[in-house]
Amino acid sequence: MNDASQVFRKEQIICKNAALGYEDGIVTENLDFTVNSGDYLCILGENGSGKSTLIKALLGLKPQVKGDISWVNGFSSKEIGYLPQQTPVQKDFPASVREIVLSGCLSKTGFRPFYNAKEKTLAAENMARLGISDLAGRCYRDLSGGQQQRVLLARALCATEKMLLLDEPVTGLDPHAQNDLYELISDLNKEGITIIMVSHDISSAVKYASHILHIAKKQLFFGTKEDYLNSKIGKSFIETEAEENA
Amino acid sequence: MPEIISKLQLYFSYPFVRNAFIVGVLIAICSSLLGVTLVLKRFSFIGDGLSHVAFGAMAVASVVGLTNNMALVLPITILAAILLLRTGQNTKIKGDAAVAMISVGTLAVGYMLMNLFPTSSNISSDVCSTLFGSTLILTLTSFDVWLCIIMAVIVITMFIVFYNKIFSVTFDESFSKATGINSDAYNLLIAIITAFIIVLAMNLVGSLLISALIIFPALSAMRLFKSFRGVIICSAIISVICAAVGIIISILASTPVGSTIVSADITVFFIFWIISAFTGRSRA
Repeated sequence: MNDASQVFRKEQIICKNAALGYEDGIVTENLDFTVNSGDYLCILGENGSGKSTLIKALLGLKPQVKGDISWVNGFSSKEIGYLPQQTPVQKDFPASVREIVLSGCLSKTGFRPFYNAKEKTLAAENMARLGISDLAGRCYRDLSGGQQQRVLLARALCATEKMLLLDEPVTGLDPHAQNDLYELISDLNKEGITIIMVSHDISSAVKYASHILHIAKKQLFFGTKEDYLNSKIGKSFIETEAEENA
Repeated sequence: MPEIISKLQLYFSYPFVRNAFIVGVLIAICSSLLGVTLVLKRFSFIGDGLSHVAFGAMAVASVVGLTNNMALVLPITILAAILLLRTGQNTKIKGDAAVAMISVGTLAVGYMLMNLFPTSSNISSDVCSTLFGSTLILTLTSFDVWLCIIMAVIVITMFIVFYNKIFSVTFDESFSKATGINSDAYNLLIAIITAFIIVLAMNLVGSLLISALIIFPALSAMRLFKSFRGVIICSAIISVICAAVGIIISILASTPVGSTIVSADITVFFIFWIISAFTGRSRA
Protein backbone atom coordinates (compact mmCIF):
# COMPACT_ATOMS: atom_id res chain seq x y z
CA MET A 1 0.00 0.00 0.00
CA ASN A 2 2.85 2.37 0.80
CA ASP A 3 4.57 3.36 -2.37
CA ALA A 4 7.96 5.02 -2.52
CA SER A 5 6.69 8.54 -3.09
CA GLN A 6 5.06 8.61 0.35
CA VAL A 7 8.47 8.64 2.00
CA PHE A 8 8.89 12.24 0.90
CA ARG A 9 5.39 13.25 1.83
CA LYS A 10 4.17 14.33 5.20
CA GLU A 11 1.17 12.70 6.76
CA GLN A 12 -1.71 15.11 7.33
CA ILE A 13 -4.63 12.99 8.47
CA ILE A 14 -4.37 9.55 10.05
CA CYS A 15 -7.54 7.58 10.57
CA LYS A 16 -7.16 4.42 12.65
CA ASN A 17 -9.94 1.87 12.88
CA ALA A 18 -12.50 4.66 13.30
CA ALA A 19 -16.23 4.17 13.50
CA LEU A 20 -18.57 7.06 12.80
CA GLY A 21 -22.19 7.52 13.58
CA TYR A 22 -24.73 8.70 16.08
CA GLU A 23 -25.72 7.60 19.53
CA ASP A 24 -28.32 5.25 18.12
CA GLY A 25 -26.21 3.60 15.45
CA ILE A 26 -22.96 3.33 13.57
CA VAL A 27 -23.05 4.75 10.06
CA THR A 28 -19.69 3.54 8.87
CA GLU A 29 -16.83 1.67 10.54
CA ASN A 30 -13.40 0.04 10.17
CA LEU A 31 -12.02 3.21 8.60
CA ASP A 32 -8.28 2.88 8.29
CA PHE A 33 -6.47 5.28 6.01
CA THR A 34 -3.84 7.99 5.82
CA VAL A 35 -3.85 11.21 3.85
CA ASN A 36 -0.43 12.58 2.93
CA SER A 37 0.41 16.02 1.66
CA GLY A 38 0.06 16.22 -2.10
CA ASP A 39 -2.30 13.24 -2.31
CA TYR A 40 -5.40 13.25 -4.45
CA LEU A 41 -7.77 11.00 -2.53
CA CYS A 42 -11.12 10.12 -3.95
CA ILE A 43 -13.77 8.80 -1.58
CA LEU A 44 -16.21 6.56 -3.38
CA GLY A 45 -19.45 5.11 -2.11
CA GLU A 46 -23.16 4.80 -2.77
CA ASN A 47 -25.68 7.16 -1.22
CA GLY A 48 -26.06 6.37 2.45
CA SER A 49 -22.65 4.75 2.70
CA GLY A 50 -21.53 7.29 5.27
CA LYS A 51 -19.71 9.74 3.00
CA SER A 52 -21.22 12.87 4.48
CA THR A 53 -20.62 11.64 8.02
CA LEU A 54 -17.00 11.01 7.06
CA ILE A 55 -16.73 14.57 5.72
CA LYS A 56 -17.94 15.99 9.02
CA ALA A 57 -15.46 13.84 10.88
CA LEU A 58 -12.56 14.93 8.66
CA LEU A 59 -13.52 18.56 9.22
CA GLY A 60 -13.45 17.96 12.95
CA LEU A 61 -17.14 18.75 13.32
CA LYS A 62 -18.19 15.30 14.48
CA PRO A 63 -16.13 13.17 16.83
CA GLN A 64 -15.72 9.49 15.99
CA VAL A 65 -17.59 6.90 18.04
CA LYS A 66 -14.64 4.52 18.15
CA GLY A 67 -11.02 4.52 17.03
CA ASP A 68 -8.95 7.56 16.26
CA ILE A 69 -8.76 10.36 13.71
CA SER A 70 -5.81 12.68 14.07
CA TRP A 71 -4.52 15.69 12.19
CA VAL A 72 -0.74 15.48 12.38
CA ASN A 73 2.50 17.27 11.51
CA GLY A 74 1.16 20.68 12.42
CA PHE A 75 -1.90 20.24 10.23
CA SER A 76 -5.24 21.16 11.78
CA SER A 77 -8.81 20.39 10.75
CA LYS A 78 -9.41 24.14 10.48
CA GLU A 79 -6.92 24.28 7.60
CA ILE A 80 -9.12 22.22 5.31
CA GLY A 81 -10.65 24.33 2.56
CA TYR A 82 -14.13 22.90 2.28
CA LEU A 83 -16.30 23.02 -0.81
CA PRO A 84 -19.75 21.94 0.38
CA GLN A 85 -22.60 20.94 -1.87
CA GLN A 86 -24.66 23.90 -2.94
CA THR A 87 -27.75 24.67 -0.95
CA PRO A 88 -30.95 26.10 -2.45
CA VAL A 89 -30.32 29.26 -0.41
CA GLN A 90 -27.08 29.92 -2.27
CA LYS A 91 -28.51 29.54 -5.76
CA ASP A 92 -30.51 32.73 -5.26
CA PHE A 93 -28.16 34.65 -3.02
CA PRO A 94 -27.58 38.34 -3.69
CA ALA A 95 -23.85 38.61 -3.13
CA SER A 96 -21.01 39.67 -5.39
CA VAL A 97 -18.24 37.23 -6.30
CA ARG A 98 -15.71 39.43 -4.49
CA GLU A 99 -17.72 39.31 -1.25
CA ILE A 100 -17.97 35.52 -1.35
CA VAL A 101 -14.30 34.89 -2.12
CA LEU A 102 -13.29 37.33 0.60
CA SER A 103 -15.42 35.47 3.13
CA GLY A 104 -12.91 32.62 2.82
CA CYS A 105 -10.44 34.83 4.71
CA LEU A 106 -12.83 35.15 7.64
CA SER A 107 -11.03 32.69 9.90
CA LYS A 108 -7.89 34.81 9.53
CA THR A 109 -9.59 37.93 10.89
CA GLY A 110 -10.21 36.60 14.40
CA PHE A 111 -11.79 39.35 16.46
CA ARG A 112 -11.04 42.03 13.87
CA PRO A 113 -14.39 43.04 12.36
CA PHE A 114 -13.13 43.89 8.86
CA TYR A 115 -10.73 42.51 6.27
CA ASN A 116 -7.31 44.05 5.93
CA ALA A 117 -5.38 44.84 2.77
CA LYS A 118 -3.46 41.55 2.90
CA GLU A 119 -6.67 39.51 2.91
CA LYS A 120 -8.11 41.57 0.07
CA THR A 121 -4.95 40.91 -1.95
CA LEU A 122 -5.20 37.19 -1.18
CA ALA A 123 -8.79 37.15 -2.42
CA ALA A 124 -7.80 38.99 -5.60
CA GLU A 125 -4.92 36.57 -6.19
CA ASN A 126 -7.14 33.54 -5.81
CA MET A 127 -9.71 34.99 -8.17
CA ALA A 128 -6.94 35.51 -10.72
CA ARG A 129 -5.65 31.98 -10.12
CA LEU A 130 -9.03 30.49 -10.99
CA GLY A 131 -9.66 32.88 -13.86
CA ILE A 132 -12.64 34.65 -12.35
CA SER A 133 -11.14 38.12 -11.84
CA ASP A 134 -13.45 39.58 -14.47
CA LEU A 135 -16.47 38.25 -12.57
CA ALA A 136 -15.52 40.00 -9.29
CA GLY A 137 -18.36 42.51 -9.41
CA ARG A 138 -20.96 40.09 -10.77
CA CYS A 139 -23.76 38.67 -8.70
CA TYR A 140 -23.32 35.05 -7.62
CA ARG A 141 -26.85 34.02 -8.61
CA ASP A 142 -26.33 35.24 -12.20
CA LEU A 143 -23.35 32.92 -12.79
CA SER A 144 -23.34 29.52 -14.47
CA GLY A 145 -22.91 26.42 -12.32
CA GLY A 146 -19.28 26.02 -13.35
CA GLN A 147 -18.49 29.64 -12.55
CA GLN A 148 -20.19 29.31 -9.16
CA GLN A 149 -18.00 26.31 -8.32
CA ARG A 150 -14.90 28.31 -9.26
CA VAL A 151 -16.02 31.08 -6.91
CA LEU A 152 -16.44 28.60 -4.07
CA LEU A 153 -13.06 27.05 -4.89
CA ALA A 154 -11.42 30.48 -4.75
CA ARG A 155 -13.08 31.03 -1.38
CA ALA A 156 -11.77 27.68 -0.10
CA LEU A 157 -8.27 28.60 -1.32
CA CYS A 158 -8.45 31.81 0.73
CA ALA A 159 -8.97 29.67 3.79
CA THR A 160 -6.13 27.25 3.12
CA GLU A 161 -3.10 26.46 1.01
CA LYS A 162 -2.83 22.90 2.28
CA MET A 163 -5.89 20.80 1.69
CA LEU A 164 -9.19 21.01 -0.17
CA LEU A 165 -12.14 18.81 0.66
CA LEU A 166 -14.68 18.74 -2.14
CA ASP A 167 -18.14 17.25 -1.74
CA GLU A 168 -19.50 16.08 -5.11
CA PRO A 169 -18.19 19.21 -6.82
CA VAL A 170 -19.41 18.44 -10.34
CA THR A 171 -23.02 17.68 -9.45
CA GLY A 172 -25.39 19.53 -11.75
CA LEU A 173 -22.73 20.72 -14.17
CA ASP A 174 -22.79 19.98 -17.89
CA PRO A 175 -20.09 17.57 -19.15
CA HIS A 176 -17.90 20.37 -20.50
CA ALA A 177 -17.97 22.30 -17.21
CA GLN A 178 -17.36 19.07 -15.31
CA ASN A 179 -14.23 18.46 -17.33
CA ASP A 180 -13.00 22.01 -16.79
CA LEU A 181 -13.48 21.69 -13.07
CA TYR A 182 -11.69 18.34 -12.88
CA GLU A 183 -8.73 19.79 -14.80
CA LEU A 184 -8.65 22.82 -12.53
CA ILE A 185 -8.67 20.67 -9.40
CA SER A 186 -5.97 18.47 -10.88
CA ASP A 187 -3.82 21.56 -11.56
CA LEU A 188 -4.26 22.72 -7.96
CA ASN A 189 -3.15 19.26 -6.83
CA LYS A 190 -0.02 19.56 -8.99
CA GLU A 191 0.75 22.83 -7.21
CA GLY A 192 0.99 20.78 -4.03
CA ILE A 193 -2.46 21.12 -2.51
CA THR A 194 -3.84 17.90 -1.06
CA ILE A 195 -7.22 17.05 -2.55
CA ILE A 196 -9.91 14.93 -0.94
CA MET A 197 -12.88 14.52 -3.21
CA VAL A 198 -16.13 12.77 -2.41
CA SER A 199 -17.68 11.46 -5.57
CA HIS A 200 -19.66 8.72 -7.17
CA ASP A 201 -18.20 9.44 -10.56
CA ILE A 202 -15.86 6.46 -10.76
CA SER A 203 -14.44 7.11 -14.21
CA SER A 204 -13.07 10.53 -13.27
CA ALA A 205 -11.97 9.21 -9.91
CA VAL A 206 -9.68 6.66 -11.49
CA LYS A 207 -8.56 9.18 -14.09
CA TYR A 208 -7.39 11.92 -11.70
CA ALA A 209 -6.98 10.52 -8.19
CA SER A 210 -3.81 9.08 -6.72
CA HIS A 211 -5.61 7.18 -3.96
CA ILE A 212 -9.05 5.66 -3.58
CA LEU A 213 -11.08 5.11 -0.44
CA HIS A 214 -14.18 3.04 -1.09
CA ILE A 215 -16.74 2.84 1.69
CA ALA A 216 -20.14 1.21 2.15
CA LYS A 217 -21.13 1.09 5.83
CA LYS A 218 -17.56 -0.05 6.35
CA GLN A 219 -14.27 0.44 4.55
CA LEU A 220 -14.13 -1.73 1.45
CA PHE A 221 -10.84 -0.51 0.02
CA PHE A 222 -8.08 1.97 0.64
CA GLY A 223 -4.95 2.24 -1.42
CA THR A 224 -3.49 3.64 -4.58
CA LYS A 225 -5.54 3.94 -7.73
CA GLU A 226 -3.45 1.27 -9.44
CA ASP A 227 -4.10 -1.26 -6.68
CA TYR A 228 -7.79 -0.39 -6.75
CA LEU A 229 -8.05 -1.05 -10.48
CA ASN A 230 -6.54 -4.49 -9.93
CA SER A 231 -8.61 -5.32 -6.87
CA LYS A 232 -11.74 -7.42 -6.96
CA ILE A 233 -13.94 -4.70 -5.48
CA GLY A 234 -12.57 -2.08 -7.87
CA LYS A 235 -13.13 -4.24 -10.93
CA SER A 236 -16.68 -5.14 -9.99
CA PHE A 237 -17.58 -1.55 -9.13
CA ILE A 238 -16.24 -0.28 -12.44
CA GLU A 239 -18.13 -2.96 -14.33
CA THR A 240 -21.43 -2.12 -12.62
CA GLU A 241 -20.91 1.56 -13.35
CA ALA A 242 -20.10 0.80 -16.98
CA GLU A 243 -23.27 -1.28 -17.29
CA GLU A 244 -25.35 1.47 -15.77
CA ASN A 245 -23.92 4.04 -18.12
CA ALA A 246 -24.26 1.80 -21.18
CA MET B 1 -49.24 72.35 0.09
CA PRO B 2 -48.51 75.20 2.55
CA GLU B 3 -51.32 74.09 4.83
CA ILE B 4 -49.92 70.56 4.86
CA ILE B 5 -46.53 71.90 5.93
CA SER B 6 -48.06 74.05 8.65
CA LYS B 7 -50.11 71.09 9.82
CA LEU B 8 -46.96 68.98 10.01
CA GLN B 9 -45.16 71.77 11.83
CA LEU B 10 -47.96 71.86 14.35
CA TYR B 11 -47.86 68.11 14.88
CA PHE B 12 -44.09 67.96 15.14
CA SER B 13 -44.17 70.60 17.87
CA TYR B 14 -45.73 67.93 20.08
CA PRO B 15 -43.07 65.81 21.79
CA PHE B 16 -45.10 62.59 21.47
CA VAL B 17 -45.17 62.95 17.69
CA ARG B 18 -41.41 63.53 17.61
CA ASN B 19 -40.92 60.50 19.86
CA ALA B 20 -43.03 58.34 17.59
CA PHE B 21 -41.04 59.51 14.60
CA ILE B 22 -37.65 58.76 16.20
CA VAL B 23 -38.76 55.35 17.41
CA GLY B 24 -40.34 54.49 14.06
CA VAL B 25 -37.23 55.33 12.07
CA LEU B 26 -34.91 53.46 14.44
CA ILE B 27 -37.04 50.33 14.43
CA ALA B 28 -37.24 50.52 10.66
CA ILE B 29 -33.43 50.54 10.36
CA CYS B 30 -32.95 47.64 12.78
CA SER B 31 -35.64 45.42 11.31
CA SER B 32 -34.43 45.94 7.75
CA LEU B 33 -30.81 45.13 8.64
CA LEU B 34 -31.83 41.85 10.17
CA GLY B 35 -34.53 41.22 7.57
CA VAL B 36 -32.03 40.51 4.80
CA THR B 37 -30.41 37.74 6.83
CA LEU B 38 -33.71 36.27 7.96
CA VAL B 39 -35.19 36.23 4.46
CA LEU B 40 -32.05 34.62 3.03
CA LYS B 41 -31.96 32.02 5.78
CA ARG B 42 -35.59 31.20 4.94
CA PHE B 43 -36.82 32.50 8.27
CA SER B 44 -39.22 35.12 6.90
CA PHE B 45 -41.96 33.88 9.15
CA ILE B 46 -40.02 33.97 12.36
CA GLY B 47 -41.04 37.60 12.82
CA ASP B 48 -44.64 36.58 12.68
CA GLY B 49 -44.19 33.68 15.05
CA LEU B 50 -42.20 35.65 17.61
CA SER B 51 -44.55 38.59 17.58
CA HIS B 52 -47.41 36.28 18.47
CA VAL B 53 -45.31 34.89 21.28
CA ALA B 54 -44.77 38.46 22.44
CA PHE B 55 -48.53 39.02 22.20
CA GLY B 56 -49.19 35.98 24.38
CA ALA B 57 -46.54 37.10 26.87
CA MET B 58 -48.05 40.57 26.96
CA ALA B 59 -51.45 39.08 27.75
CA VAL B 60 -49.93 37.06 30.60
CA ALA B 61 -48.14 40.17 31.88
CA SER B 62 -51.32 42.22 31.98
CA VAL B 63 -53.27 39.38 33.62
CA VAL B 64 -50.61 39.02 36.30
CA GLY B 65 -50.73 42.79 36.64
CA LEU B 66 -47.13 43.68 35.92
CA THR B 67 -46.65 47.43 35.62
CA ASN B 68 -43.73 47.08 33.24
CA ASN B 69 -44.64 44.19 30.94
CA MET B 70 -41.29 44.41 29.09
CA ALA B 71 -39.72 42.51 31.98
CA LEU B 72 -41.76 39.45 31.06
CA VAL B 73 -42.30 39.89 27.34
CA LEU B 74 -38.63 40.27 26.38
CA PRO B 75 -37.23 37.15 28.09
CA ILE B 76 -40.07 34.96 26.83
CA THR B 77 -39.68 36.21 23.27
CA ILE B 78 -35.91 35.68 23.36
CA LEU B 79 -36.43 32.16 24.63
CA ALA B 80 -38.90 31.43 21.84
CA ALA B 81 -36.49 32.88 19.27
CA ILE B 82 -33.69 30.63 20.45
CA LEU B 83 -35.95 27.57 20.39
CA LEU B 84 -37.29 28.35 16.92
CA LEU B 85 -33.90 28.99 15.32
CA ARG B 86 -32.56 25.85 16.97
CA THR B 87 -35.20 23.63 15.38
CA GLY B 88 -33.41 24.26 12.09
CA GLN B 89 -30.74 21.83 13.25
CA ASN B 90 -32.87 19.44 15.26
CA THR B 91 -35.40 18.13 12.81
CA LYS B 92 -37.97 16.40 14.96
CA ILE B 93 -40.39 19.18 14.10
CA LYS B 94 -39.47 21.03 10.92
CA GLY B 95 -38.69 24.74 11.15
CA ASP B 96 -41.79 26.04 9.42
CA ALA B 97 -44.12 23.75 11.37
CA ALA B 98 -42.53 24.81 14.65
CA VAL B 99 -42.95 28.48 13.79
CA ALA B 100 -46.58 27.98 12.77
CA MET B 101 -47.31 25.94 15.88
CA ILE B 102 -45.86 28.44 18.34
CA SER B 103 -47.29 31.35 16.40
CA VAL B 104 -50.95 30.32 16.46
CA GLY B 105 -50.65 28.62 19.83
CA THR B 106 -49.51 31.69 21.70
CA LEU B 107 -51.96 33.91 19.83
CA ALA B 108 -54.86 31.72 20.92
CA VAL B 109 -53.71 31.42 24.52
CA GLY B 110 -53.03 35.14 24.75
CA TYR B 111 -56.47 36.07 23.44
CA MET B 112 -58.08 33.52 25.73
CA LEU B 113 -56.29 34.96 28.78
CA MET B 114 -57.29 38.49 27.83
CA ASN B 115 -60.93 37.39 27.71
CA LEU B 116 -60.88 35.31 30.88
CA PHE B 117 -59.15 37.96 32.95
CA PRO B 118 -60.12 41.28 31.40
CA THR B 119 -58.03 44.17 32.71
CA SER B 120 -60.11 46.85 31.02
CA SER B 121 -63.69 47.13 29.86
CA ASN B 122 -62.84 47.25 26.20
CA ILE B 123 -61.07 44.00 25.35
CA SER B 124 -61.50 44.16 21.61
CA SER B 125 -59.83 47.55 21.38
CA ASP B 126 -56.99 46.30 23.61
CA VAL B 127 -56.49 43.29 21.38
CA CYS B 128 -56.79 45.36 18.25
CA SER B 129 -54.11 47.79 19.37
CA THR B 130 -51.74 44.99 20.33
CA LEU B 131 -52.28 43.29 16.98
CA PHE B 132 -52.17 46.34 14.76
CA GLY B 133 -50.18 48.87 16.75
CA SER B 134 -52.79 51.59 16.13
CA THR B 135 -52.30 54.50 18.51
CA LEU B 136 -49.81 52.84 20.85
CA ILE B 137 -46.93 54.57 19.16
CA LEU B 138 -48.30 57.97 20.11
CA THR B 139 -48.37 57.07 23.79
CA LEU B 140 -44.67 56.30 24.14
CA THR B 141 -43.06 57.39 27.39
CA SER B 142 -39.59 58.88 27.41
CA PHE B 143 -38.43 55.60 28.96
CA ASP B 144 -39.66 53.74 25.87
CA VAL B 145 -37.90 56.19 23.60
CA TRP B 146 -34.58 55.89 25.40
CA LEU B 147 -34.89 52.12 25.53
CA CYS B 148 -35.47 52.14 21.82
CA ILE B 149 -32.51 54.43 21.11
CA ILE B 150 -30.18 52.29 23.22
CA MET B 151 -31.43 49.10 21.60
CA ALA B 152 -31.04 50.53 18.13
CA VAL B 153 -27.47 51.59 18.87
CA ILE B 154 -26.68 48.10 20.19
CA VAL B 155 -28.28 46.35 17.22
CA ILE B 156 -26.60 48.56 14.63
CA THR B 157 -23.20 48.29 16.31
CA MET B 158 -23.49 44.51 16.58
CA PHE B 159 -24.47 44.32 12.97
CA ILE B 160 -21.51 46.39 11.79
CA VAL B 161 -19.00 44.60 14.02
CA PHE B 162 -20.20 41.14 13.03
CA TYR B 163 -21.16 42.05 9.46
CA ASN B 164 -18.65 39.73 7.78
CA LYS B 165 -19.42 36.86 10.11
CA ILE B 166 -23.15 37.26 9.63
CA PHE B 167 -22.61 37.27 5.87
CA SER B 168 -20.57 34.08 5.99
CA VAL B 169 -22.98 32.26 8.29
CA THR B 170 -25.93 33.32 6.15
CA PHE B 171 -24.34 32.34 2.86
CA ASP B 172 -22.80 29.05 3.85
CA GLU B 173 -23.07 27.63 7.31
CA SER B 174 -21.18 24.41 6.48
CA PHE B 175 -18.17 26.28 5.14
CA SER B 176 -18.13 28.70 8.09
CA LYS B 177 -18.24 25.82 10.54
CA ALA B 178 -15.45 24.01 8.70
CA THR B 179 -13.12 26.99 8.93
CA GLY B 180 -13.73 27.29 12.64
CA ILE B 181 -16.36 30.03 12.79
CA ASN B 182 -18.71 29.40 15.67
CA SER B 183 -21.85 29.58 13.56
CA ASP B 184 -24.11 28.38 16.36
CA ALA B 185 -23.09 31.40 18.41
CA TYR B 186 -23.88 33.73 15.52
CA ASN B 187 -27.23 32.08 14.94
CA LEU B 188 -27.96 32.61 18.61
CA LEU B 189 -26.94 36.25 18.30
CA ILE B 190 -29.25 36.67 15.30
CA ALA B 191 -32.09 35.04 17.25
CA ILE B 192 -31.64 37.31 20.25
CA ILE B 193 -31.42 40.48 18.18
CA THR B 194 -34.53 39.39 16.27
CA ALA B 195 -36.44 38.97 19.51
CA PHE B 196 -35.38 42.43 20.73
CA ILE B 197 -36.43 44.08 17.49
CA ILE B 198 -39.79 42.36 17.50
CA VAL B 199 -40.62 43.38 21.03
CA LEU B 200 -39.69 46.96 20.17
CA ALA B 201 -41.52 46.94 16.86
CA MET B 202 -44.76 45.71 18.45
CA ASN B 203 -45.32 49.26 19.65
CA LEU B 204 -44.95 50.57 16.14
CA VAL B 205 -46.90 48.28 13.85
CA GLY B 206 -48.41 45.74 16.23
CA SER B 207 -47.74 42.05 16.26
CA LEU B 208 -49.56 41.12 13.07
CA LEU B 209 -47.62 43.42 10.78
CA ILE B 210 -44.07 43.04 12.10
CA SER B 211 -43.14 40.51 9.43
CA ALA B 212 -43.81 43.20 6.85
CA LEU B 213 -41.17 45.49 8.36
CA ILE B 214 -38.70 42.64 8.31
CA ILE B 215 -39.29 41.17 4.86
CA PHE B 216 -40.51 43.89 2.49
CA PRO B 217 -37.44 46.17 2.46
CA ALA B 218 -35.16 43.14 2.10
CA LEU B 219 -37.19 41.66 -0.75
CA SER B 220 -37.38 45.01 -2.55
CA ALA B 221 -33.63 45.55 -2.29
CA MET B 222 -32.93 42.02 -3.52
CA ARG B 223 -34.81 42.77 -6.74
CA LEU B 224 -32.21 45.30 -7.82
CA PHE B 225 -28.92 44.90 -6.02
CA LYS B 226 -26.18 42.43 -6.83
CA SER B 227 -24.04 42.55 -3.74
CA PHE B 228 -24.85 41.75 -0.14
CA ARG B 229 -23.65 45.14 1.01
CA GLY B 230 -25.77 46.87 -1.63
CA VAL B 231 -28.83 44.91 -0.57
CA ILE B 232 -28.29 45.73 3.12
CA ILE B 233 -27.78 49.45 2.56
CA CYS B 234 -30.64 49.76 0.10
CA SER B 235 -32.98 47.83 2.38
CA ALA B 236 -32.15 50.10 5.32
CA ILE B 237 -32.79 53.20 3.20
CA ILE B 238 -36.09 51.87 1.86
CA SER B 239 -37.20 50.94 5.34
CA VAL B 240 -36.40 54.35 6.83
CA ILE B 241 -38.09 56.23 4.00
CA CYS B 242 -41.20 54.05 4.19
CA ALA B 243 -41.41 54.43 7.96
CA ALA B 244 -41.02 58.21 7.78
CA VAL B 245 -43.48 58.60 4.91
CA GLY B 246 -45.90 56.19 6.59
CA ILE B 247 -45.88 58.09 9.87
CA ILE B 248 -46.35 61.46 8.14
CA ILE B 249 -49.22 60.20 6.00
CA SER B 250 -50.89 58.59 8.97
CA ILE B 251 -50.74 61.93 10.81
CA LEU B 252 -52.12 63.89 7.86
CA ALA B 253 -54.77 61.41 6.79
CA SER B 254 -55.53 59.97 10.24
CA THR B 255 -54.86 56.43 9.08
CA PRO B 256 -53.52 53.69 11.38
CA VAL B 257 -49.73 54.08 11.69
CA GLY B 258 -48.74 50.43 11.31
CA SER B 259 -50.73 49.62 8.23
CA THR B 260 -49.76 52.90 6.55
CA ILE B 261 -46.07 52.10 6.95
CA VAL B 262 -46.61 48.60 5.63
CA SER B 263 -48.58 49.96 2.66
CA ALA B 264 -45.64 52.23 1.84
CA ASP B 265 -43.34 49.18 1.97
CA ILE B 266 -45.64 47.25 -0.34
CA THR B 267 -45.70 50.14 -2.82
CA VAL B 268 -41.91 50.30 -2.90
CA PHE B 269 -41.74 46.55 -3.40
CA PHE B 270 -43.96 46.76 -6.48
CA ILE B 271 -42.00 49.69 -7.88
CA PHE B 272 -38.73 47.76 -7.50
CA TRP B 273 -40.30 44.65 -8.91
CA ILE B 274 -41.43 46.51 -12.03
CA ILE B 275 -38.01 48.14 -12.45
CA SER B 276 -36.29 44.77 -12.14
CA ALA B 277 -38.66 43.24 -14.67
CA PHE B 278 -37.77 45.99 -17.14
CA THR B 279 -34.05 45.81 -16.58
CA GLY B 280 -34.13 42.02 -16.86
CA ARG B 281 -32.54 41.39 -13.52
CA SER B 282 -35.57 39.75 -12.02
CA ARG B 283 -35.08 36.33 -10.55
CA ALA B 284 -38.46 35.29 -9.24
